[in-house]
Amino acid sequence: MSETRFTKDHEWIRLDGTVGTCGITDYAQQQLGDVVFVELPEIGRKVAKGEQTAVVESVKAAAEIYAPVGGEVVATNAAIVDEPAKVNAAAMGDAWFFRLRLADPREFAALMSDAEYQRFVEGLQ
Amino acid sequence: MTEDALANALRTPLYNLHLELGARMVPFAGHAMPVQYPTGILFEHRHTRDRAGLFDVSHMGQVRLLGAGADIALERLVPGDIVGLAGNRQRYTQFTEAGGGILDDLMVTRREGDLLLVVNAGCKAADVAHLKAALEPAVRVELLSDRALLALQGPAAAAVLARLAPGVERLAFMAADAVKLAGIECWVSRSGYTGEDGYEISLPGESASDLARRLLSQAEVKPIGLGARDTLRLEAGLCLYGHDIDRTTSPAEAGLAWSIGKRRRQQGGFPGAARIGAELAHGPARRRVGLLPQGRQPVREGAVILDAEGNAVGRVSSGGFGPSADRPIAMGYVPAGLAMPGTPLGLEVRGKTLPAAVARLPFVAHRYHRD
Repeated sequence: MSETRFTKDHEWIRLDGTVGTCGITDYAQQQLGDVVFVELPEIGRKVAKGEQTAVVESVKAAAEIYAPVGGEVVATNAAIVDEPAKVNAAAMGDAWFFRLRLADPREFAALMSDAEYQRFVEGLQ
Repeated sequence: MTEDALANALRTPLYNLHLELGARMVPFAGHAMPVQYPTGILFEHRHTRDRAGLFDVSHMGQVRLLGAGADIALERLVPGDIVGLAGNRQRYTQFTEAGGGILDDLMVTRREGDLLLVVNAGCKAADVAHLKAALEPAVRVELLSDRALLALQGPAAAAVLARLAPGVERLAFMAADAVKLAGIECWVSRSGYTGEDGYEISLPGESASDLARRLLSQAEVKPIGLGARDTLRLEAGLCLYGHDIDRTTSPAEAGLAWSIGKRRRQQGGFPGAARIGAELAHGPARRRVGLLPQGRQPVREGAVILDAEGNAVGRVSSGGFGPSADRPIAMGYVPAGLAMPGTPLGLEVRGKTLPAAVARLPFVAHRYHRD
């Protein structure tokens, strides 16, 4: 069964085997507002944990998306490039950004659980 | 920091209504203002273009000038023709400084007994000090801090407002009058900041919430936040003070020559007249232009503008996504030789150069009410 973990920068990563699917949280999409542009990484790019990997822009603001863990980009979601508004509609689901083959599973284990992230967000409000 | 700024911010008379409507409040020019409602900026923008949007712009400064000769006196500070302004008519102008830069931009209306000025929120304290220093005691300067300002904008605005005050639909563009709306004595002008037909309504702060609720009860009207106000004015090619115009830009560079009448050009007598007069006669060294970036990536304020050889030649002063244009749009300053529509330029975003072209302003045609 897959497990989802979270970063303080409001990314989520769902681990299936050694591949993690990454996106932004519902809180992040709400804060951004209407998303109008997404830039995704090249497949094959190797990224370190915390490295800027994608960009999401709303009408109001631009935000960088950081790799929740280190690894290699093995897939990207072209659907959100064609239709950026999907990020608002399904941030935690279909509107994932990229998939990473993890370099070190311990980095995943160190991220926040769902409950920890919910408490973290409550602390921001 | 944002939370502190918000907690310490001034509140307009509609503050509680904004919260009730679910607005996201942000600090803006010292005021807690709605940046958007739950409907979101794209919806609010499109709704204003399609039907009618209600904006709280009570943070703006409303200033009265009283005394005989107030018009002549004000002309010492602005390049606009104020003496030639007819009664119940409104005109756009700027406070200029000796070097020709812009201290603020404003609307001036001649009323019976006074001139009514509407100035930017972020500049109002400085503007009032500037006015007092230059005009008192011959002219009295009064900041109307107890009045609210609402804007009703969009193609349905006239029909909506006429339901409350039959006849208001006949008010001409840039005309103004005293109008009773829902039993409240208001001062209404046919003007706005969206490129659409619409009205701006000045009224006592204590009545603002009643009128706003009455307007929002009309089927065509939705509340609109500052986010959509910005995208609407950007598409309309209108300047935002502190971004597209400031002390480093002159009215001629900013493309505001249309707001300086013939008599003022000939006679001068306003701060910066020497520089501005020369620019009007011979053309300024640089100009504010529209910019269309290729592709879908928004280009925002501060992005460096490059010429075809890759030399930095200017900066984007405002930019983002235009919901009605359905593409990224921007404005910025370029050397006069690169200001022709169609001129190819580059825009630097996150280390990459996006191809762009100079575009005619506005990006979305104005639909003001003209008979």
